[in-house]
Amino acid sequence: MTQSVVVQVGQCGNQIGCCFWDLALREHAAVNQKGIYDEAISSFFRNVDTRVVGDGGSISKGKICSLKARAVLIDMEEGVVNEILQGPLRDVFDTKQLITDISGSGNNWAVGHKVFGSLYQDQILEKLRKSAEHCDCLQCFFIIHSMGGGTGSGLGTFLLKVLEDEFPEVYRFVTSIYPSGEDDVITSPYNSMLAMKELNEHADCVLPIDNQSLFDIISKIDLMVNSGKLGTTVKPNSLVTSSSGTLKKRHKKPFDAMNNIVANLLLNLTSSARFEGSLNMDLNEISMNLVPFPQLHYLVSSLTPLYTLTDVNIPPRRLDQMFSDAFSKDHQLLQADPKHSLYLACALMVRGNVQISDLRRNIERLKPSLQFVSWNQEGWKTSLCSVPPVGHSHSLLALANNTCVKPTFMELKERFMRLYKKKAHLHHYLQVEGVEKSCFTEAVSSLSALIQEYDQLDTTKNMPVQDLPRLSIAM
Amino acid sequence: MSIVTVQLGQCGNQIGFEVFDALLSDSHSSQGLCSKRENEAYQASCKERFFSEEENGVPIARAVLVDMEPKVINQTLSKAAQSGQWKYGQHACFCQKQGSGNNWAYGYSVHGPRHEESIMSLIRKEVEKCDSFSGFFIIMSMAGGTGSGLGAFVTQNLQDQYPNSLKMNHIIWPYGTGEVIVQNYNSILTLSHLYRSSDALLVHENDAVHKICAKLMNIKQISFSDINQVLAHQLGSVFQPTYSAESSFHYRRNPLGIDWHVRPPLSGLPPLGKMSLNKDLHFNTSVANLVILRGKDVQSADVEGFKDPALYTSWLKPVNAFNVWKTQRAFSKYEKSAVLVSNSQFLVKPLDTIVGKAWNMFASKAYIHQYTKFGIEEEDFLDSFTSLEQVVASYCNL
Repeated sequence: MTQSVVVQVGQCGNQIGCCFWDLALREHAAVNQKGIYDEAISSFFRNVDTRVVGDGGSISKGKICSLKARAVLIDMEEGVVNEILQGPLRDVFDTKQLITDISGSGNNWAVGHKVFGSLYQDQILEKLRKSAEHCDCLQCFFIIHSMGGGTGSGLGTFLLKVLEDEFPEVYRFVTSIYPSGEDDVITSPYNSMLAMKELNEHADCVLPIDNQSLFDIISKIDLMVNSGKLGTTVKPNSLVTSSSGTLKKRHKKPFDAMNNIVANLLLNLTSSARFEGSLNMDLNEISMNLVPFPQLHYLVSSLTPLYTLTDVNIPPRRLDQMFSDAFSKDHQLLQADPKHSLYLACALMVRGNVQISDLRRNIERLKPSLQFVSWNQEGWKTSLCSVPPVGHSHSLLALANNTCVKPTFMELKERFMRLYKKKAHLHHYLQVEGVEKSCFTEAVSSLSALIQEYDQLDTTKNMPVQDLPRLSIAM
Repeated sequence: MSIVTVQLGQCGNQIGFEVFDALLSDSHSSQGLCSKRENEAYQASCKERFFSEEENGVPIARAVLVDMEPKVINQTLSKAAQSGQWKYGQHACFCQKQGSGNNWAYGYSVHGPRHEESIMSLIRKEVEKCDSFSGFFIIMSMAGGTGSGLGAFVTQNLQDQYPNSLKMNHIIWPYGTGEVIVQNYNSILTLSHLYRSSDALLVHENDAVHKICAKLMNIKQISFSDINQVLAHQLGSVFQPTYSAESSFHYRRNPLGIDWHVRPPLSGLPPLGKMSLNKDLHFNTSVANLVILRGKDVQSADVEGFKDPALYTSWLKPVNAFNVWKTQRAFSKYEKSAVLVSNSQFLVKPLDTIVGKAWNMFASKAYIHQYTKFGIEEEDFLDSFTSLEQVVASYCNL
């Protein structure tokens, strides 16, 4: 069994990360009733004897003593990280695995990437190496950050190059929150564009997500729960992400519910690698199956059923509905419409009491309404994990490598150009050492080339699929 | 004559468990119409082939379990132990921490050489335990990374180290619509390599077995467990002891010895259930067929239909191409059962389909970077395509 390390960068990254660790603990607590430190838990947690001073406290087997997250927390302001360390999860984090500063990156990618990058390079390397040493077999780094700000965007992407150089064999999966149209950070287009170049070049796999989609999903869930028709009840002892009639709990923070969705995404992504099932899917299989060409590594995700993202007991609807929903644009974590674009590849990761025949039946049913690229007409990767998410009977995560990401990138480019043409706020970037106009033009080229690739694929849509002439053999 | 089974990857290990379970539970099932003495001979023969004895009497499967990540092997070992009837050897497993990522190149070029010594040593130990060793049964899937890539590597090694022993590979043909996106690449690489080192490829198609579960057995929610049990049942009815026509007094000594008098450059066997015996044979030319009859009325069963020359090629007469083995001892719960193992054109269409899909994908170069990363180059793909087109052509010309 392998281990993964989560690197959470910036305010957004750390808040999501915090939700992730909370859910991960709850999931393992529910599955692992005996309190034995097993391989599933070890994928994300170390078992530490806290009485031992210094580094020697790791315990590899036996009863769980104290679980420490395999995480590195990075932020150039102290507020968020401090709150985490004072909150209910404080004991889960190893205080030595933090890198903080006080001044923040001022929503400036250049400050995050160049200034803090060089300032903290050694420390970053040291913490990463430490976390790798604690792993028996490190398979993947999960980087969580936002694209629009300064730290997550700049320092978060600086990290990618460091990881690539230092740990070339370990996968780099990046969960990136893209800014929405009405983002209140004026320079977010610059930050996102500059970060995109790094993602293009140094990430193995990117899961782009935007706040608008998360918000829409939360609204849908609230509607579902409050409609009352479904006879919902709030589960006891739950961190409620939505509310019901009698028990109203305020969200602790405005983004909590949305962050929980992303946290669920990461849990479901890794469930088949951690838990048993009749058709396992390890993390290295994600890249292998869903990335046909190295530069096309952006995967749109959707999670269904929605109620698995809450702690509310909603009677499960028909299984087949779960599959249909996965392809609806309302369930995507990015504003995108995969059904009306071209699929390069698609993965269905199912959890719970679902069998191969259910999977096959639904693939057959949905296939005719989906368009796959000519050379991958049956481009489905599937997995069955027996362990469902806590308190639910089944769930589905669909990952699509689909040209529907193109509009997101094109909008990004447009917003960028609007600012760049006027040279608005550019001086904040150019005054940082190591940043020149070429950084911007190179970033634009990189994104344009990517959009071009998707364009070319789109032109093949609706073309009849022809079988190519085969090799002829002399007998 | 003992058989050593090598179970590779998730698929191989999941199936392997079901096979040993099916074999042993048949061995313990009622003797039906045959005599007590005969039943005991049957049981002894089955035991000797597939199990070795332990001090406390619990049979230990003659198997080596190989997987590049631990979850499935752990499950398999505990399921066997839980049955109470049999188990796997304590040290019969080879496991690593990280899987092959559905990458044939990784299984073949990285895991293979890296773990060659350990795996071959485990196999050797198992072979040494056999008083009279007859050959290998290697269970693997084509679609993934370990079963396919490492399976091809191991089979090659077995060919080098045990050139005189029979190697039969049990291949699981994936569902047509994706379990794994790169399954067609993995399949053609596997098949082309196995052609050089395996003696016989026994094929089970997931789609076909799925249909058996759905239509013939009426299972509503079909799981891989159901599928594997059907597979195991079919394999069991092929491998359990029988008498050959010549020697009616000893159970046939060579269980894998489907005597291939013929050595064409290919050997692929399609799967056929007990029920649909010769429905399709009129449309497919066979190289050779083997019918195995078990239970009531085997001596009087009429197999003349299988000797029709129209079923066979011109260069192999039915008298050489057709064999029937029998035993009065019933298999499992079935009063009468029959199995057909066939080397015929049945596999041409599935093979052609896979080659076609792989070729289309190869033309776009999609996913190739994942293979070249580990040393499998475009030329290797082309070699595989060439070799399989030849197989298809050879079968078409029967």
